Amino acid sequence: MSKEGKVDCGRRRLVVATAAVGGAGALAALVPFLSSMLPSERAKAAGAPVEVDIGNLESGQMMTVEWRGKPVWIINRSKDMLDTLPKLADAVVDPKSEKTMQPEYCKNETRSIKPNILVAVGICTHLGCSPSSKFKKGADEGMGGDWLGGFLCPCHGSTFDFAGRVYKSKPAPDNLEVPPHTYLTDTRILIGEDKKGA
Amino acid sequence: MATDTHYEKYKSDGSLQGNALEWFDARFPATSMWRGHLSEYYAPKNFNFWYYFGSLAMLVLVLQIVTGIFLVMHYKPDASLNANGIPVAFASVEYIMRDVSWGWLIRYMHSTGASAFFIVVYMHMFRGMLYGSYRQPRELIWVFGTLIFLCLMAEAFMGYLLPWGQMSFWGAQVIVNLFSAIPLIGDPLSLWIRGDFVVGDATLNRFFSFHVIAVPLVLLGLVAAHILALHEVGSNNPDGVEIKKKKDANGVPLDGIAFHPYYSVKDIVGVVVFLIVFSSIVFFAPEGGGYFLEYNNFIPADPLKTPPHIAPVWYFTPYYSLLRAMVWPILGIDAKFWGVVAMGAGVVILAFLPWLDRSPVKSIRYRGPIFKTLLVIFVISFFILGFLGTKPPSYAFFDVIPGAPIAQILSAYYFLYFLTMPWWSKIDKYKPEPERVTFK
Repeated sequence: MSKEGKVDCGRRRLVVATAAVGGAGALAALVPFLSSMLPSERAKAAGAPVEVDIGNLESGQMMTVEWRGKPVWIINRSKDMLDTLPKLADAVVDPKSEKTMQPEYCKNETRSIKPNILVAVGICTHLGCSPSSKFKKGADEGMGGDWLGGFLCPCHGSTFDFAGRVYKSKPAPDNLEVPPHTYLTDTRILIGEDKKGA
Repeated sequence: MATDTHYEKYKSDGSLQGNALEWFDARFPATSMWRGHLSEYYAPKNFNFWYYFGSLAMLVLVLQIVTGIFLVMHYKPDASLNANGIPVAFASVEYIMRDVSWGWLIRYMHSTGASAFFIVVYMHMFRGMLYGSYRQPRELIWVFGTLIFLCLMAEAFMGYLLPWGQMSFWGAQVIVNLFSAIPLIGDPLSLWIRGDFVVGDATLNRFFSFHVIAVPLVLLGLVAAHILALHEVGSNNPDGVEIKKKKDANGVPLDGIAFHPYYSVKDIVGVVVFLIVFSSIVFFAPEGGGYFLEYNNFIPADPLKTPPHIAPVWYFTPYYSLLRAMVWPILGIDAKFWGVVAMGAGVVILAFLPWLDRSPVKSIRYRGPIFKTLLVIFVISFFILGFLGTKPPSYAFFDVIPGAPIAQILSAYYFLYFLTMPWWSKIDKYKPEPERVTFK
């Protein structure tokens, strides 16, 4: 205790040290609580690959499967659709897929293993909505007259072409993600695992 | 406590009740709380229509808590699919609506209550702007109020996920992804908020926990702080003059009347009118034309398909417009980050109002033409921002005037109104304030 208004420096140091140790303990106690909100071991293990049969997927058609809770699109692109890709080289942000939004083996103009089959995660790279398909050309889809077909994100208006490449001056910064995938047979795709990967 | 009076402890008259009360009051500040906050809390006698909304906000808070307690008895925060392929959470809300006795009423009271809360709170905040209620010495009341508004937004956002409809799911997906726009920590942060790589069961469960426990506790604490701070300095009034400057011999403000019974009874009239309007909506238009309950939320959440048009519920749309107005990357950081910054700043800037306003008078009654004009434009632009926020970005008025650039101009106005206030509030004309409150 202080006597006659003088501060007892030894005791003051003890008070500060006690408060500091207590504060450090309280901070450390936050760790288990905050960590408990991270994805659990079960959530981390849930990313099992999905096997898909595309034998019935006609030219120009698209199918959606669920992988890790996300929609994955498989599109059997017709020649007409593929022909639009070279024309859009100046209209899209990353025509040569330089950013790593796809595995190495899909870093090509069609962003795919087989030129006609596109496998892409159907989640907009802006804020995570799922774009809708607008496959018809021009004004048929309510798009502009020079629309060549592709995808429109309903949330904030980003547009993507038939290779999932994002158009310029749209809110989405990147092309759609191409997940790792491999062909088990000619018509069976395994999504979520590479050919060379374990 | 409210006044300088030192409250005497209760003295028994010798009766049994008197003795009990004396015993109680010696151990708990019962009479001093009753007097300080109710029977001897002196409020200005010239309160008008705008002064109903504080007590109405308390009423809605109680309504939400009570209806919420009963909804939790039947609701299940579970995103897994039941035997019919419907998410359990969605099915439990339908169960409340169809099979629980009076469940539909309790649920509609809670969902309508959410919109009513924001209507009442927006009116309450606007009252503060009209009469300068945030000015010295009431800055802290206003800051606590802004925090209450923030809490309310968090509470409403997390509550909206619980029915696990399409709008619940995709709204949460978009808002949580907003956090991923923050440089460096964005992606791990949004992962931590979701608790999974996608919005899913983990997200639903934690939002449920926050919605029913964490945020309401903080909200109640802030409401207590808001009211304690108010009773410390006393209420403002439509004239913006301090009633404590003129007191009678007993120290009671000449222009003050006891909150109880005068205003407690007057507020009952406000409650009756409010409940008439509130129950009309609950019974006859609980969906509020798609604004209170959005139509797409009657479809169970589908992680594979986004509805063709998604928009937040009406009370978020002015701020959603601020978010969407930012479309240019600045300093090499994505536009979406600046959108988040604009949205957050739009709310936070309100807290600075007490220090931005430099007018010599508080109330609109004595303020000049610049304030009145700019405030009218502010209110109109807030409504237009709100309207545009419910529409897709491609919306055009009458199909010709594009909405997006208008939203950008009005967003700029929103911030300029506050940021230039120190300048225009100082040079504006004003009329001298009266000595005492007036009646119109």
